[in-house]
Amino acid sequence: MYIYLSIAEMAANVFLILGLGAGIGVMSGIFGVGGGFLMTPLLIFLGVPSAVAVATGANQIVGSSVSGVMAHWRRGNIDFKMGFVLLVGGFFGSTGGVFLFKYLQSLGQIDFVIKVCYVVFLGIIGGLMMVESLRTIFRSRVKGARVSRGKLHQHNWLHGLPFKMRFRKSKLYISAILPLGVGAAVGVLSAIMGVGGGFIMVPAMIYLLGMPTIVVIGTSLFQIIFVTANATIFQATLTQTVDVELALLLLLGGVIGAQLGTKIGAKLNGEQLRGLLAAMVLAVSIKLLFDLVIEPADVYSIRVLSKPF
Amino acid sequence: MRAILFLLITASLALAGGAARAVPLIADIDRHLVAITTDFTGSELLIFGSIDLEDEDDAEIVVVVFGPNEEVVVRRKDRVAGMWINQAAMTFSRVPAFYHAATSNPEGVTLPATARARHQIGTDNIRMRGPEDAPEDSVEVFKEALLRNKIAIGHYVSDRGLIERRGKLFRTSVAIPSNVPVGTYTVETLLIANRQIIGAQTTPLFVSKVGVGAQIYRFAHVEPLIFGIVAVLIAVAAGLGANYMFRKV
Repeated sequence: MYIYLSIAEMAANVFLILGLGAGIGVMSGIFGVGGGFLMTPLLIFLGVPSAVAVATGANQIVGSSVSGVMAHWRRGNIDFKMGFVLLVGGFFGSTGGVFLFKYLQSLGQIDFVIKVCYVVFLGIIGGLMMVESLRTIFRSRVKGARVSRGKLHQHNWLHGLPFKMRFRKSKLYISAILPLGVGAAVGVLSAIMGVGGGFIMVPAMIYLLGMPTIVVIGTSLFQIIFVTANATIFQATLTQTVDVELALLLLLGGVIGAQLGTKIGAKLNGEQLRGLLAAMVLAVSIKLLFDLVIEPADVYSIRVLSKPF
Repeated sequence: MRAILFLLITASLALAGGAARAVPLIADIDRHLVAITTDFTGSELLIFGSIDLEDEDDAEIVVVVFGPNEEVVVRRKDRVAGMWINQAAMTFSRVPAFYHAATSNPEGVTLPATARARHQIGTDNIRMRGPEDAPEDSVEVFKEALLRNKIAIGHYVSDRGLIERRGKLFRTSVAIPSNVPVGTYTVETLLIANRQIIGAQTTPLFVSKVGVGAQIYRFAHVEPLIFGIVAVLIAVAAGLGANYMFRKV
């Protein structure tokens, strides 16, 4: 069964889109990530124009994050104060990101920048995760290995910055500039890459801000809702590339898949799971790297600037 | 079904033509509106007609379909620091968004080159406005790349011998892919005999979005801010709904 997507201006197989949503939903349920970093490249691979894939990806993440944040809210695992500071930064970042997107699009460099962002960020994060999970798997096999319990977090020059704020839930007393900056940086990326940015936000919160792991996912989901909502509204206003029909189909498949994934994830070994996710993230980044360095079949490409109305 | 329709209409055209004997060429499309609805996956048009000549066997028929004009930028990737990055770019305006040419002669149209160029027969003869300040040979290279890309996505088609003929009657089908732009298309039918055009007919064809999809598209372009807010609200509602549903289970 095919459906004509009126914003993407193409016919797409309904079951393929539902399946894509469900597959990424299963993955996000298992690993606890949004899956936007796989959604956007896969949509582009299916023939959806990259601008539509990015804008629609942001819209879809609004829905999946709302669905995901509820469970964390009930358990009280959201640091709202930290969330608000992050999202103030995120608003500026994602708004600037949409303008940057439009500017790069006019230069014809948007596809290149999207791919480089993916290669760099997925490569770094996939690599780090892989190293860490391999190390843990190896360590758990060595008998009697001691895991030393360190301080809550390290103090460095970042803690000398002004405008200190107290975040009770996260047990932190740090400069507001830090979460503002993290929020802004992730906001820019979410607008350009069409992702929620959870996969960058979560490590940044743990390692850079020093937040306790328990509140990290809930807080990151909480602020992702607002940042992606902002990106969606700006993309709709500036580029008219938000395809609501496509987003709804992806959400429909996604929420069902996520429920399934949560159940599968509960039965699997955590460290192996992390290794698996790392392998997947690395595979996507290597594939995109190849796209950049291998000579394309046709070095010329076309883009329609003004559509007849 | 369509074949019967075709036979009926062409038969009546042939009869009418025989009675009047004034117009050598009569052509029409099976419909003048291609409606892009939610279940649109592309469409096939039937262009048919009849010719009225003393020796119709020597006559050739050419059908050319043009889409509305658009502005297209062509970019060339070059290797920079090991990566392929868009470098040179050229913008062409008045580029037909869609082009389809069909001829009845498998050996090619017997018209002289100037006439073929004038009537834009064959993808090489498609007219568009390139940049005026750029050197002509590089414009030519970029134009060729544009044609190549358009052919690859199925928006430009040029085929010989695609027009079926049965005596005075002829017919051909034009495939409209699902990703064509909306707008007013023109269908030009030419009748050629002795290397000369002796009859021509132009018929308009409308391609437009219809129904829910059309309203969504219009909403997104007329009220983009409200559209964005609605898109967010729909996503939020879907997320809350999913959460509510699965909590009960």
